[in-house]
Amino acid sequence: MNEMPNLEQASAMTSSKISAKMVQVFYGDNQAIKDVDIEIQPRSVTAFIGPSGCGKSTFLRTLNRMNDTIDICRVEGSIEIDGEDIYDAKVDPVQLRAKVGMVFQKPNPFPKSIYDNVAYGPRIHGMARNKSQLDDIVASSLQKAGLWEEVKNRLDEPGTGMSGGQQQRLCIARAIAVSPEVILMDEPCSALDPIATAKVEELIDELRENYTIVIVTHSMQQAARVSQRTAFFHLGILVEEGSTQDIFTNPKDKRTQDYITGRFG
Amino acid sequence: MSLFWLVVIVLAIALVGYVVGRARALASAGGDMRDLHSLPSYYGANVAMKAAVPAFLILVLWLLVQPFVIHSNISDMIPEGTIGEGSSLGLVMAEVRRTAEGLENAVAAGQISDDFARNARSDFTDITTRLKEAGQIVTSQITQPIMRAAQSYRIMLSTGNFYMSIVVLLAAIAGALWGIRETKADFRARNTVERGIQVILFSAALIAVLTTLGIVLSLVFNTVEFFRLYPAMDFFFGLTWSPSFSGRGGSSELGILPLLWGTFYISFVALAVAVPVGLFAAVYLSEYASSRVRAVAKPMLEILAGIPTIVYGLFALLTVGPMLLSVFGEDGLGIMKAGTAVMTAGLVMGIMLIPFVSSLSDDIINAVPQAMRDGSYGLGATKSETVKQVILPAALPGIVGAILLAASRAIGETMIVVLGAGAAARLSLNPFEAMTTVTAKIVSQLTGDADFASPVALVAFALGMTLFVVTLGLNIVALYIVRKYREQYD
Amino acid sequence: MTDTTLSPETSPAAAGEPVKSKSLYALDDLTRKRNASEKRFKLYGLGAVLIGVFFLVVLATAIISQGIPAFTRTIVEVEFTLTQEQYDAAEKELFKTKAYEQFFIGALQGQLEESGMSVPFDAAAIERIVGKTGGTIREYFKANPGALGAPAAFELAASSRVDGYSNGRVTRETLTDSRFLEKSDLDIVDALVEAGIIKTVFNWNFITGADSGVDNPGGAGIGASVIGSFFMMLVVLFLSLPIGVAASIYLEEFAPQNRFTDMIEVNISNLAAVPSIVFGILGLAVFIQFMHLPQSAPLVGGLVLTLMTLPTIIISTRASLKAVPPSIRDAALGVGASKMQSIFHHVLPLAMPGILTGTIIGLAQALGETAPLLLIGMVGFVARGYPDGFITGFIEPNSAMPAQIYTWAARADYAFYEKAWGGIIVLLVFLLTMNILAVILRRRFERRW
Repeated sequence: MNEMPNLEQASAMTSSKISAKMVQVFYGDNQAIKDVDIEIQPRSVTAFIGPSGCGKSTFLRTLNRMNDTIDICRVEGSIEIDGEDIYDAKVDPVQLRAKVGMVFQKPNPFPKSIYDNVAYGPRIHGMARNKSQLDDIVASSLQKAGLWEEVKNRLDEPGTGMSGGQQQRLCIARAIAVSPEVILMDEPCSALDPIATAKVEELIDELRENYTIVIVTHSMQQAARVSQRTAFFHLGILVEEGSTQDIFTNPKDKRTQDYITGRFG
Repeated sequence: MSLFWLVVIVLAIALVGYVVGRARALASAGGDMRDLHSLPSYYGANVAMKAAVPAFLILVLWLLVQPFVIHSNISDMIPEGTIGEGSSLGLVMAEVRRTAEGLENAVAAGQISDDFARNARSDFTDITTRLKEAGQIVTSQITQPIMRAAQSYRIMLSTGNFYMSIVVLLAAIAGALWGIRETKADFRARNTVERGIQVILFSAALIAVLTTLGIVLSLVFNTVEFFRLYPAMDFFFGLTWSPSFSGRGGSSELGILPLLWGTFYISFVALAVAVPVGLFAAVYLSEYASSRVRAVAKPMLEILAGIPTIVYGLFALLTVGPMLLSVFGEDGLGIMKAGTAVMTAGLVMGIMLIPFVSSLSDDIINAVPQAMRDGSYGLGATKSETVKQVILPAALPGIVGAILLAASRAIGETMIVVLGAGAAARLSLNPFEAMTTVTAKIVSQLTGDADFASPVALVAFALGMTLFVVTLGLNIVALYIVRKYREQYD
Repeated sequence: MTDTTLSPETSPAAAGEPVKSKSLYALDDLTRKRNASEKRFKLYGLGAVLIGVFFLVVLATAIISQGIPAFTRTIVEVEFTLTQEQYDAAEKELFKTKAYEQFFIGALQGQLEESGMSVPFDAAAIERIVGKTGGTIREYFKANPGALGAPAAFELAASSRVDGYSNGRVTRETLTDSRFLEKSDLDIVDALVEAGIIKTVFNWNFITGADSGVDNPGGAGIGASVIGSFFMMLVVLFLSLPIGVAASIYLEEFAPQNRFTDMIEVNISNLAAVPSIVFGILGLAVFIQFMHLPQSAPLVGGLVLTLMTLPTIIISTRASLKAVPPSIRDAALGVGASKMQSIFHHVLPLAMPGILTGTIIGLAQALGETAPLLLIGMVGFVARGYPDGFITGFIEPNSAMPAQIYTWAARADYAFYEKAWGGIIVLLVFLLTMNILAVILRRRFERRW
């Protein structure tokens, strides 16, 4: 038992997809994230949990520099993907985000057709040489998102006309279409009903084979259902990180225990 | 009694009514306010309201109806045959009114006696000469029927005003008495007063509708009058605009097409300046600018919107015109003859519209939910890609609405074109030539010396009607689009 | 597209699969191209903002540089003593004013020499510079015989060309010899300026005076039309504020949800976008043609502008009323106030700063409006003097600032353009004051709920 964590840690060091060290995030004078160190494993699902306002979404957004769009936000420390520092001056956030896709809390399809929604990413990144290649990308992305059968006959209808669950899967398809290596999901099911949630969770589980997935969720059950590893955030600090099973059955920190047993949050 | 004193007296009656009503209410409760249904002031207000409101209502109605009654009575007095060639009943009636005013002024100045002015048997030549001596007649076309009509007009007017004063005062007193009789401790004064206030509030809201009605009626009546003197077909499809002010404008050609062409051409130039600049400025300010730049640049652009149009007019005439002339004029490219031109007016109008387009577009762009932007950035789109492919398409209906509103502004703009566009109506493609617009011609037709009832003046109403219909159409469509757009993201 | 072209089975290279990872440090060509286009786009935006700001600067420069001269005037100041004998001698002459002019020229010569300048000039040149002076001098001494024998100072207005020369409108290069001024006269003017005889003083007459005739640009002032504007604004304020507030209260608090209310609302928002000239037509047809109110009266101008401003005031007042949270209304109703009482005692006072701000902005708009005033006859040349009293101020023919500016701009004499620009400065000072007042009001009383 004693050896296990060490072994795991060692393997994480060598093969982790994302590695964050001493990350600090400030909004103006407010520090939102403090001293976060985490290694994220490739081709697995990592869940960030914690009470609202704990910084889990903020941290997620630092992973593809979405916080660049907020003027007053500042990031310190290092975040590396495949050993490359993503905050390096040489890195273009645009290229980074093609590699690290994102799915948001509320389904946000563009007010365009279903086809154009999925084709948007490949088009701007110049991924298809011609129309038929683009068609292929759209079709396979929709297929991987489990949406193909439902929409194949109405690809030119607006994406905003679908149900909430379908919209969110469309957003996932849209993210897959750019062939990212990492997909960040910010509470992707919080706006969905239980049936749609189940479908999206199922999808996440399938996507794990090909993608590194980081999911922020406020539902501990969801974290337990979909993730292999779990990180618990509290007041801007990464309190504990480990295999999902360990976190939920054998938390080391008192705060983690209190949170998963429902004392606060 | 003058109108002013009538109003003052009615107000005084209302004030007295207030004091009496209040006192009476208190007395009826034996001086103890707690036994009253409402606060004492409500009883006073009830009396005042009943005294003033019906009286003023009667006053306003009377003032509106009286001219009609007098007009129809007087016009019967004027025999058909006396209306001269090229004249109309309206012209003769204007003459009658002027003469009546002349009589009134002469009496007021003590130059002729009231009896003399009233007496229908007064010698026509005598009264005319004496009026002329008093400097009250300017034209020489006074005929006997006109003088007689003017005399009766004056008499009817003063009798009418006399009866009006009596009726209004009686109404005020009766209202006050009624209110005072009602005043008892258990009378629900507050509810009555509040209902009254609500009616007043409602009528205030109604004024907006009445304004529109007033606009429509004043345009329609005069336009119909115009089309009686000038064929509608020639107006709408005529290719020449050359009003002739001499002799009742009989030889005028009043085709609207050159004016419409000038209007649309200038508006087009203005929009060609304002839409790209305004739109790009809005995009920059809402998507790129740091909050500090925004805090400086936005108010600066808005200053442009707060500057009166006369300033832009002068700017066009004295700054932009000469500037363009030095580049495109005789000394430069040689395609511009004078400083006033389509380009001058259009450019300046474009400057005026920049803040209009940019602040409307700014609102509309900001109404696009942040989630849209996040979705696009999350896929690795750059800002410009997001703007061009996500935000602008999503905001398109709203922006189209904003552009239509700007177009309606441009079409209705007056001072810039009056000063900057020139006065010549022509159908030409050269933007460096002077052209004129519907609004500029409305001003020149109605501020000239033309007789008010002649086609050259009346045509302004037909122009106004056209302008009103076009801008109203644009506004309705634009406001509908913008409203629908906002609902979509609310 | 159809789904026959869209079958995933036909795609051999499974599109959308994660491909071989590229380094983040190496920018690929496409990204470089995209970033360039991004930069271009941003520059367009910045350019657009700068164009707007540039126009503002040009406009401000034009106004200030060309308007400032309107506030100064050029005078010729000469002091001399006329003895009783000289006076008697002059009165015996056949051309009396000519004789007085000689005194003036003599004195001028004397003062010039005193300051050590010598320029040859004749009576004709002096006449071109200050106009005919004899008459003024004679009238002065005829009216004040007591001034004879004592030194008297005369301040005479220089001709408009000399005025133009001293404030830069006329230069040696642009001046063409004419009976108004010749090039050689400028030497005299220069000498007189150096000797301190010609000087520039503040033109109070421009601020307080009334419009002058077409031939006298120097005497034109904007004062009378400021008064005209003032009376108009009084009418607008006292009509549009109560009516606007009443209408807004009805629409915001009492109006039932029905088609008629909808119609009123659509009506108001459309009315706000009706061209101002149409309101002028309304004023002409209804107030003057139909109701026979006096033409060119500030009362009529005020009524027209009231109707024009109402929609603006109603829209902003409704926004302020809407901003008062419902909890305030509930609190008042909860202690037994009637709906009317809750509105007049609580909601309205809280909304008042917003309402006043909106009203001031509406008034500022109305103050700058020109076109409708022209139609009801409030053109500049009507403003020939101040009204006799307060009541007559509303009904006596007068002009308003913007209409006065328009009249000047439409005149042929270039000297009036300077007055027009100066008038704009006065108008903008008023507008600026009103807007600053509105901003202060908003800052001072703004509440955040």
